[in-house]
Amino acid sequence: MNILNILAEIEKVDPEVYERLDQRRQVFKHFAGFGKKLATAAVPLAMGAMFQKAYGQSSGLGKQVTDVLNFALTLEYLEYYFYDMGVKTRNLFVQADLAAITIIRDDELKHVNFLKTVLGSSAIAPLTANDFDFTGSKGGKRAPLIPEVFRDRFNFLALAQAFEDTGVRAYKGGAPLLIDNNTVLEAALNIHSVEARHASHIRTMRRGGTQANGLPKSWITGNDGGGPRPGITAPVYGPGMPADMYPSEANVTQAGINLTSIPNVTADQASEAFDEPLDVTTVLAIASNFLK
Amino acid sequence: MSKVMHDATKAQGLSEELQTPLERRTFLRYTGLGLAMGGLALAGCNDVMEDVVKTQDASANATDMANMVDVGSGDVGVLNYAYALEQLEAAFYAQVLQTQYYNSTSAPQRVALRDIEAHERIHREFFKQAITAAGATPIKDLEVDFSSIDFRTKQGVLSVAKAFEDLGVAAYNGAGKLIKTAAYLAIAGKIVSVEARHAAIIRDFLEYNTFVGADVVDQNGLEKSMTPAQVVAIANNFLKEGSKLNVSNLPTE
Repeated sequence: MNILNILAEIEKVDPEVYERLDQRRQVFKHFAGFGKKLATAAVPLAMGAMFQKAYGQSSGLGKQVTDVLNFALTLEYLEYYFYDMGVKTRNLFVQADLAAITIIRDDELKHVNFLKTVLGSSAIAPLTANDFDFTGSKGGKRAPLIPEVFRDRFNFLALAQAFEDTGVRAYKGGAPLLIDNNTVLEAALNIHSVEARHASHIRTMRRGGTQANGLPKSWITGNDGGGPRPGITAPVYGPGMPADMYPSEANVTQAGINLTSIPNVTADQASEAFDEPLDVTTVLAIASNFLK
Repeated sequence: MSKVMHDATKAQGLSEELQTPLERRTFLRYTGLGLAMGGLALAGCNDVMEDVVKTQDASANATDMANMVDVGSGDVGVLNYAYALEQLEAAFYAQVLQTQYYNSTSAPQRVALRDIEAHERIHREFFKQAITAAGATPIKDLEVDFSSIDFRTKQGVLSVAKAFEDLGVAAYNGAGKLIKTAAYLAIAGKIVSVEARHAAIIRDFLEYNTFVGADVVDQNGLEKSMTPAQVVAIANNFLKEGSKLNVSNLPTE
């Protein structure tokens, strides 16, 4: 088997493969040197080892990194099953809604699969739809928080927005913990901005499309959840723990600079211009409402 | 070799591109492609090609470099790089708000563009102050060249807005790993998601439900990053001579 063919095959599945390899160039160089000596039959085996390193898979990941990624994986499962159930619920959505929710569902599934691949044997046991209760009743053990979640488009979208914005805050909180592993950090950032795009679009949907005025805007104004069930969405936009590290989304001070001191800047605009991170404990408290 | 192989996908556009005069870099790409396709030089190809390109770039740009704005090195360089991009975005939206298009378009678009203008202006002023507060020197105020932009039409304004927002997200995503100080990384993270929100709504204004897509997200659902060199190759088209950016001293990993 020709190595160029192998790479071409992999590229069909993962177009970014060359960039990933490039990030760990020393690994690649190491391999290239080997390539000349290796018998052709041995090449695929060596490739496998190389990719484990390129993606940071294997025992090379520290506990902090696997913890962050497994936490992210839990949230991605949560989002995926939520959207998947929404897509499969008849008459919940009109066609344009369905197209958008399907796009988002598919992205979340890709995130699940990607994180599982990176974590390899360190990944948590796979979650299933049965692990979640999106009405918030914990499988009937308490009164549901959102009984209409799959019967009312606006309740569904409110929870979708809550999940997306929580995801954005969670990845943001996790990123500095990954600073020592460039490959994993970049991948986390690359998922983070996709979640933000989802969040923006869900807000557009809640507003009634691109022709409609009003809240919620596509960015977070103050700590306004912009919709029903403010009691449930409040922690999504409120402060985490500790609050000075994880301020509410209404925060207007960044790196010691009060943004409202800039001429012609309102507090609303200052809060919108920066999103805020959230700590693991607070994110789990929000998410656990929907875990059985 | 990795770069050469990556360019193999561009071979489809080969005949089209051959109609136009070959630039030095383009020529090298084809030469490299030929080598790789011929199955020559598996090992070491990467280094050789990179060195050749590097040498060519250096000689071609030696005189230009002196006239460019060097964003610097290390974390401060990355902050100045971000400051430069925010200057560009802020200048663009400031101009958009002066147009007849802005005044006559739909109310939701006016709200969005007005908000985005404020956000980018805040980002710009924030970086200027933060770099100063960190004891470093912000780069100068850049002079923009928007002569290629049609500010009269929705397509003209929003397609450039889309390009700038997507570019901004890809730039922050690519720069994150270059940052060594956790606090600065956190700041970049706080801004990049806002840029992604901008990108999504602008894209939805242009064509509904294009808030995310294969042009910006790969098959693993990961948004594509861009290196500083890739970013300024685009950004410099919108900057005047003397304000074009040199990012060659930034960290590369």
